[in-house]
Amino acid sequence: MTTTLRKPVSPAAGWNGPTRSYDLVKEFVIALVVMGLLVVGLAVLLGSPDEGSVTLRQWAAADPNGFVATATSELAGDSTSAGYGPPYNTNGNGQQLGPVHLQNGAGVREPVDPANDFVLTPLRSIPGDPALTGALDRYTAASGDQQATWAGDYETALGNAPDNDPAKVASGDYGPVPELTGRLLTMALTGGLDAALTSQQGFYASDYTKPLLFLADGDYLAGKADDQHLSGDQWGMMNETGNFPGQAWLWLYTFWYQIPPFTHTANADAWIWALMALLSLVLVLVPFIPGLRGLPRYLGVHKLIWREYYRQHPR
Amino acid sequence: MTTTPAADPAESPGWTGRLRRRLVGTLPPEKLMPDRQPAYVASWIYVFGVLTIAALIWVLVSGAWLALAGPQWWHTSAVGHFVNSLHLWGVELFFFCMVIHLWGKFFMAAWRGRRKLTWVIGAIAFLASIGTAFTGYLVQTNFDSQWISTQAKDGLNSVGVGAWFNVLNTGQMLLWHVLLLPLVLGVLTVWHVLLVRRRGVVPPFGAEGRESGQPVPVAGHGETER
Repeated sequence: MTTTLRKPVSPAAGWNGPTRSYDLVKEFVIALVVMGLLVVGLAVLLGSPDEGSVTLRQWAAADPNGFVATATSELAGDSTSAGYGPPYNTNGNGQQLGPVHLQNGAGVREPVDPANDFVLTPLRSIPGDPALTGALDRYTAASGDQQATWAGDYETALGNAPDNDPAKVASGDYGPVPELTGRLLTMALTGGLDAALTSQQGFYASDYTKPLLFLADGDYLAGKADDQHLSGDQWGMMNETGNFPGQAWLWLYTFWYQIPPFTHTANADAWIWALMALLSLVLVLVPFIPGLRGLPRYLGVHKLIWREYYRQHPR
Repeated sequence: MTTTPAADPAESPGWTGRLRRRLVGTLPPEKLMPDRQPAYVASWIYVFGVLTIAALIWVLVSGAWLALAGPQWWHTSAVGHFVNSLHLWGVELFFFCMVIHLWGKFFMAAWRGRRKLTWVIGAIAFLASIGTAFTGYLVQTNFDSQWISTQAKDGLNSVGVGAWFNVLNTGQMLLWHVLLLPLVLGVLTVWHVLLVRRRGVVPPFGAEGRESGQPVPVAGHGETER
């Protein structure tokens, strides 16, 4: 590096002190090459993860009892999706920031009726099955209260059965619910439910809201994530499947989920989003915030960065 | 037919001429592509800005390659999986360099001397990068996408954003990831770089007075006022 007292070619930002030679293009090309070598080297050495997606068929095969329990909870109206609230339905209040209901204010823009969308409509797509058609007709002809009673009682019975096994449920009046959930399990095991849930939007499918909500209502997906340390209470947001680095830049966002009061409130998501929005605004507006904008001078790191300048220009 | 004498291009009237004069006046070629720098620009911390841009270019190139063959290609092709690996490590290095660059600029209080907008645009670009990377995780069409989308929906829905930005809609997220957010990030990056070129590199504390037209620090406040 050469340092001269020559005036800059341009008054670049009006600096009137000593300058040094600088090759912008050369610097950029070297950076591009160095970064390219690093990217290619890391890709060759370490690769990238690709844990295959979970299908409803896999879930049904791996955890049939859990699958039936989830399908029953959709009919009973007490699954996570069924009681979610906006933007999917009006069955829940959603989260709020004190008196502010942003979630409710957004309204229902992605309508989801879990009982119909996840269970009844897919079953109606099965042709030539009088027993199933009879069960569907009996269920839909019943009052809402009767449907809830059947599904609720069956859900309770499943919970009390050994291993939650539908085959070991105590006898009772569950209406057509065991038939419906059993048939849905059979449909899922053939792969038909995967297709039925995505084909509700037509031939082309790009919106996976419904199958993902149904999948997330069960425990199977969460169990697999927990095994990979991806759960919220495992700093999962910044983790990745296998031993690969994830979104480490989300460390502050996921940090809040690990500490009180956020670990104890039903409105944690809303409060943490509000907090992160505020902190992001602070980051953007640092130059305008008295005290914060003056902090770097006192931290002293600049003395290391400009040590050569300060050696030549002692204050 | 009558002809008029050729006017001096520098004095060319009309919108085009005025715009050209404005652009060249704001950012003359010697400022846009300087071959000298202030002597105080002599630390390794300065390379992380250009390294961030270099990593971004590798991310864009590998991402474009993935886009050419569609979102499912990398699951079934060894070449596709390798290109995905390039994309992943490009992103990791991009964030690594950008965070060091950001902290470096904070410790230098790089917003001094009419450089506030440079910081603001850079910080917004950082936040836009987080959003862009996040949507990338959503469109991997694998277990990661399933888990991240079903978890992230709650945060977005809790503040009403999920009603319009549906992370469970893979098609919507794919378009955000390959078009809308890269466009935003590209514009912010170019804007940030042009501001750096226009205003130059922030001088050391105590050297502000050697910049023509720059304010002198206020003693005891530790801040430069304008």
